Amino acid sequence: MNGAEVVAAPAGPPVPLDWKFSQVFGERTAGEEVQEVDIISAIEFDKSGDHLATGDRGGRVVLFERTDTKDHGESRRDSERMDYSLGRHPEFRYKTEFQSHEPEFDYLKSLEIEEKINKIRWCQIANGALFLLSTNDKTIKFWKVQEKKVKKIAEMNVDPSKSMGNGSTASSSNSISARPSLENGGFPDSDRSFNYLSSDFSFPPGGIPSLRLPVVSSHETSLVARCRRVYAHAHDYHINSISNNSDGETFISADDLRINLWNLEISNQSFNIVDVKPANMEDLTEVITSAEFHPTHCNTLAYSSSKGSIRLIDLRQSALCDSHAKLFEEQEAPGSRSFFTEIIASISDIKFGKDGRYILSRDYMTLKLWDINMDSGPVATYQVHEYLRPKLCDLYENDSIFDKFECCLSGDGLRVATGSYSNLFRVFGCAPGSTEATTLEASKNPMRRQVPTPSRPSRSLGNSITRVVRRGAENPGVDANGNSFDFTTKLLHLAWHPSENSIACAAANSLYMYYA
Amino acid sequence: MAMVDQPLYPIAVLIDELKNEDIQLRLNSIRRLSTIARALGEERTRKELIPFLSENNDDDDEVLLATAEELGVFVPYVGGVEHASVLLPPLETLCTVEETCVRDKSVESLCRIGAQMREQDLVDHFIPLVKRLASGEWFTARVSSCGLFHIAYPSAPEALKTELRTIYGQLCQDDMPMVRRSAATNLGKFAATVEAAHLKTDIMSVFDDLTQDDQDSVRLLAVEGCAALGKLLEPQDCVAHILPVIVNFSQDKSWRVRYMVANQLYELCEAVGPDSTKTELVPAYVRLLRDNEAEVRIAAAGKVTKFSRILSPELAIQHILPCVKELSTDSSQHVRSALASVIMGMAPVLGKDATIEQLLPIFLSLLKDEFPDVRLNIISKLDQVNQVIGIDLLSQSLLPAIVELAEDRHWRVRLAIIEYIPLLASQLGVGFFDDKLGALCMQWLKDKVYSIRDAAANNVKRLAEEFGPEWAMQHIIPQVLDMINDPHYLYRMTILHAISLLAPVLGSEITSTNLLPLVVNAAKDRVPNIKFNVAKVLQSIIPIVEESVVESTIKPCLVELSEDPDVDVRFFASQALQSSDQVKMSS
Repeated sequence: MNGAEVVAAPAGPPVPLDWKFSQVFGERTAGEEVQEVDIISAIEFDKSGDHLATGDRGGRVVLFERTDTKDHGESRRDSERMDYSLGRHPEFRYKTEFQSHEPEFDYLKSLEIEEKINKIRWCQIANGALFLLSTNDKTIKFWKVQEKKVKKIAEMNVDPSKSMGNGSTASSSNSISARPSLENGGFPDSDRSFNYLSSDFSFPPGGIPSLRLPVVSSHETSLVARCRRVYAHAHDYHINSISNNSDGETFISADDLRINLWNLEISNQSFNIVDVKPANMEDLTEVITSAEFHPTHCNTLAYSSSKGSIRLIDLRQSALCDSHAKLFEEQEAPGSRSFFTEIIASISDIKFGKDGRYILSRDYMTLKLWDINMDSGPVATYQVHEYLRPKLCDLYENDSIFDKFECCLSGDGLRVATGSYSNLFRVFGCAPGSTEATTLEASKNPMRRQVPTPSRPSRSLGNSITRVVRRGAENPGVDANGNSFDFTTKLLHLAWHPSENSIACAAANSLYMYYA
Repeated sequence: MAMVDQPLYPIAVLIDELKNEDIQLRLNSIRRLSTIARALGEERTRKELIPFLSENNDDDDEVLLATAEELGVFVPYVGGVEHASVLLPPLETLCTVEETCVRDKSVESLCRIGAQMREQDLVDHFIPLVKRLASGEWFTARVSSCGLFHIAYPSAPEALKTELRTIYGQLCQDDMPMVRRSAATNLGKFAATVEAAHLKTDIMSVFDDLTQDDQDSVRLLAVEGCAALGKLLEPQDCVAHILPVIVNFSQDKSWRVRYMVANQLYELCEAVGPDSTKTELVPAYVRLLRDNEAEVRIAAAGKVTKFSRILSPELAIQHILPCVKELSTDSSQHVRSALASVIMGMAPVLGKDATIEQLLPIFLSLLKDEFPDVRLNIISKLDQVNQVIGIDLLSQSLLPAIVELAEDRHWRVRLAIIEYIPLLASQLGVGFFDDKLGALCMQWLKDKVYSIRDAAANNVKRLAEEFGPEWAMQHIIPQVLDMINDPHYLYRMTILHAISLLAPVLGSEITSTNLLPLVVNAAKDRVPNIKFNVAKVLQSIIPIVEESVVESTIKPCLVELSEDPDVDVRFFASQALQSSDQVKMSS
């Protein structure tokens, strides 16, 4: 960022946030071994911030709901109380969970399809029911989560114990079929008995008083998740992103080579809008790594590539958007090319800011903020992993260099965050003049690794390394410079609350929440 | 609980199963709701069943959908029109559910009930319902409300009418695109009930807002409204208000909007009158025919005939025809295909001279298109051209192309051609057919693809129907029967199939003297598949031929087959024998 001389910010840059631990779900006890299936693979807040969903490698989706919103709702009338509640921060509680995907086997291609949830996206809440899309490598599912009354029938016409013989529950389907002439299933006999009723039996004009409607006694409710639609068989490669359109009726799904457009209500067809597959697969040099719709413009979407470029697509231009409306990429400095240049340039995640003006991208070494009106280069670059540069060889050998870190922007667009190794994540201020650069650890004491003097983030400064000083014997992975890199504990997934300074992040199987 | 009399037992079960855990049983009960209502009587239906259904709103969507549908025809069961309003509350709840198809069905049912309700009841019950839905907390309710205004509006008193128009205006500016889409979709219906004076002011301003919506999906639906609104307005108002909008839309940045315009444009021509059509709509349409986006050209090309029909032949020749020429060599095969499917219809519009001069070369080039769908679309409409340019010219110029297609390497193309052969035969006449197409029909019987051989056998039958048994005896039967000696058993099987199809057409005599000996001969084939097909064919021939023939020829043959070493042959032979006995018994 070029500081205050470019944009006159009367109040100056916002003060750096003081992050505090809020909650943890699924905390690891000492010595507990993490089960592979429990590792969190997706985190997403809904638009209101009242709900949070996580997906894991076992194909489960867990929903959390905010507990302090009810109070907020009441105090909305007198806004004074809102000022009091400054200390209040979003708190969540477990709501429900469901098995979204199961492991499958593609017999045609002899491929196992993992159940791991790659992405979750919330859809419009309607009528009190929650809706969300979840996807694994191949199949997207549309879920509805709703309170349902638990039925308990208290009164019936036909004595259940009599008609059932041996049954004791209200479900009479089994017993009914034991009396074929009287049943009301989809069986041919039922028609006969009713034809008899309608032809030979005339109802008295006042009705039959002895008949009564069943009475439901229990009014308990339980949350039920139902899969409403399955969008399958549209991707030859692994799905890396799904994203909802602001029109509320369509969404996209992106795999390595193609982006498809779906209507939420139609699961048996989708339109291919981007196809980067070359005629000859040997010519393949670039794949799609992430895609997202603009938050308000229904016709704009962005996708990132393994070569470090972001393309903006205008859906209005043509049906097949193989040509982009805008291309964002950074010119590499001459002479700096190495074997790793292309690998570390690959963008692992892009996110639009809330107003749609900025796009945040994450590559292996940096976070970059782009203004969609400026395609000459990023408006800001934040070094995340610069200290790993000398280690690229090792990282390549143990495949860590291919780790896909996600990134997120705060609701007010003033800060950005992304994950790192050793369960660390970093928050940068992106307001003009801000030098905020905080390193936090996903643990109950997030600030214990905080550096005393945050360095100024800038694309020109190659040495802006935030040194993470690790203390004590508990840090086995410290190198000579005091930098940590425990490659096995990586914080890939995190999400910023849409309206408050609150971050949810995943460290293996644990979900940590922080506020400021 | 209550002991139920025996005759009532089924209905009692039906009622109980409204709450069964098995969704199939609940669905069944809902489908029988009218029976339940009659059993309960009108009063208890009103007082108990309907409130019961109102509470039953968190059931599965399938059950809710069925409920919504049943309630739409429930007026007689609650005591007739004077009690119709009692049905509104359950449907109102159903109008707010999340599943679109349930809401749509509920709105449909509400409209159906509302159309029967007495005016005062509409004011007392229906209009408040519309207002409640329109101000609903969830967008689902507001979406549903849009589809009810056209029922509520006509019976509302003046003050309420103003309010309803205002509410509709608000719905058109709702935060949720879903609501605005619903408002745009239903605008035409609502506008049809609004008085002319308000139409020009309130409705048109609402329409203007929709046409400038940020969301492409809303503007798309506004385009659809253009034609409907255009028909309601006086021609001069239409020219003043709708025409500029549609011309604007035809140059919209979004190809999807232009696509909709291309699909709708011809409907507007009528509304704006011939002058404006000529000056404004024709240029707009020509632009769409030359659009950058193939999808738009596809839509526009598909309307070429409809549009030309509205114009005078001169205008069509002057403006549309040059575009058609360009489209026939379009880079997108789908555009050419869309054009090919409608271009034949232009022949009657342009008249004989222009067709021969201008259209025929285009037909011919499309017939030689590298993309099979394009060729097929042309061939499927050949009869329309025939009427205009006559058979001689048609056969001269088109036949070579057809012969070429008959040997196309895509079997679907060959299949399509085969299906048109009987039609062509009837148009070309016997003489012409013999020369050119007869050989092709035989060739198809030996096609590599089963579907073609199957179709070819059917084709032979249809030809026999068209030209009569005598012609068939002369021109088809010898060639067909020749092939029964083909070394490949699959081809022999095709011939057996053809025989079974031909037999009913050719009649008893030809069948027993010419066809039957061959079939019986085939029973000695070395391939079991042939033999059991012989059994099947014999079975189908039995009812056709005289009983003496059955006894003397068919039965001995079947008896022999029923002792065949192959199990399938024995099976079909004995089945045939059984059916022959049945035929005998019934006669």
